[in-house]
Amino acid sequence: MSKIRALIVDDSSVMRKIVERSLRQAGIELEEVFEASNGAEALGTLRNHSVDLVLCDINMPVMDGLEFVRQVATIEIAKGVPIIMITTEGSESHVVQALSAGARGYIRKPFTPDQVKEQVLPVLEKKP
Amino acid sequence: MSADASLGVHSRQHEWLPILELAVQEVFEIMLGGRLAVATQSEPPPVGELTAIVGLAGSLRGIVTFRCGSLSASQIAARMLGPEIAHAEGQVWDAIGEICNMIAGNFKNKLTGLDGPCLLSVPAVVTGRGYRYHSMAGGDSLEIALLFESAPLVIRLDLHA
Repeated sequence: MSKIRALIVDDSSVMRKIVERSLRQAGIELEEVFEASNGAEALGTLRNHSVDLVLCDINMPVMDGLEFVRQVATIEIAKGVPIIMITTEGSESHVVQALSAGARGYIRKPFTPDQVKEQVLPVLEKKP
Repeated sequence: MSADASLGVHSRQHEWLPILELAVQEVFEIMLGGRLAVATQSEPPPVGELTAIVGLAGSLRGIVTFRCGSLSASQIAARMLGPEIAHAEGQVWDAIGEICNMIAGNFKNKLTGLDGPCLLSVPAVVTGRGYRYHSMAGGDSLEIALLFESAPLVIRLDLHA
C-alpha cells in the first residue's frame, strides 16, 4: 500500500496525536497528516488539500462530527474520501446516524491500534 | 458487563459501581497499558488537584468527575503521549479531560435500558487546590478511589434526581 495523506479531526490535540500514532502502529505509512479541531476547520482543510482518509471525532465544539460528515458530500474534491468516526459516543443510534450520513467505519474510544487497523485497512484497500 | 439503567437508586448503587470501575479500568488498560489498584480507606485524597468534568445529558443526566494530583496527571499524559511530548501544561489538561471523557463514554455505553440517547459534553478541567465541589445534581452519587503509580485517583458520578 502506498503512503497516504490523512486528516485527523478531534478537539483534543492529545487524541489527535494518539490517533496518528495508532495509524503508524497499524503499519499505515503516512505521507502527510493534517489536523483539525472541529468539523468546520476540517471542511476548510478538505477544500484546500486532497486526502485519502479522514478519522473524525463526533463530540466537538463549533461543528460536530456528524454534521461534518453530512457536509463533506458538498465538497467536490472530497467526495468518496473514506471517513471513519473515532468517538466515545458509542450508542447504536450514533453508529447508525454516522453510517447513514456517509461514514465508512466506527471506532469506539478507548481503542487499540488493532481496532484502528481493522477499520482502516479495508477502506484503504477498496480505494480505486 | 452491562447493567440495566432502569434500576432504582439503591440497586443503581449496587449494580453501577462495578460498571463504573470496569469503565475506568478499561480506559487505563487500553490507553495507558496498565491496571489500577483499588485504594484503601487509609489512602490520602489527591493533592495539587486537577479535576476533569464531563456532563451527561439526555436519558442519563449528571456529571462525571475525575480527580487526581498534578504528578499523576503529568504521568498519565506522559503514558498517553510519550514523555517527550507531554511537558506542556495544556497537554496535561487535555489528557486528563480525554481520560474523563472516555470513562464517561465507556460507562454509559455499558448501560442497557436507557430510554433514549445520552450525550456527553466537551470536557472541562479545573486546576488548583483551593476550591470545593458542590454538585447541584441532587440525585445519587457513586464514587471510587483507585491507585495509579501508588497515587490516588477519584472518579465520581453524580446523577440528576
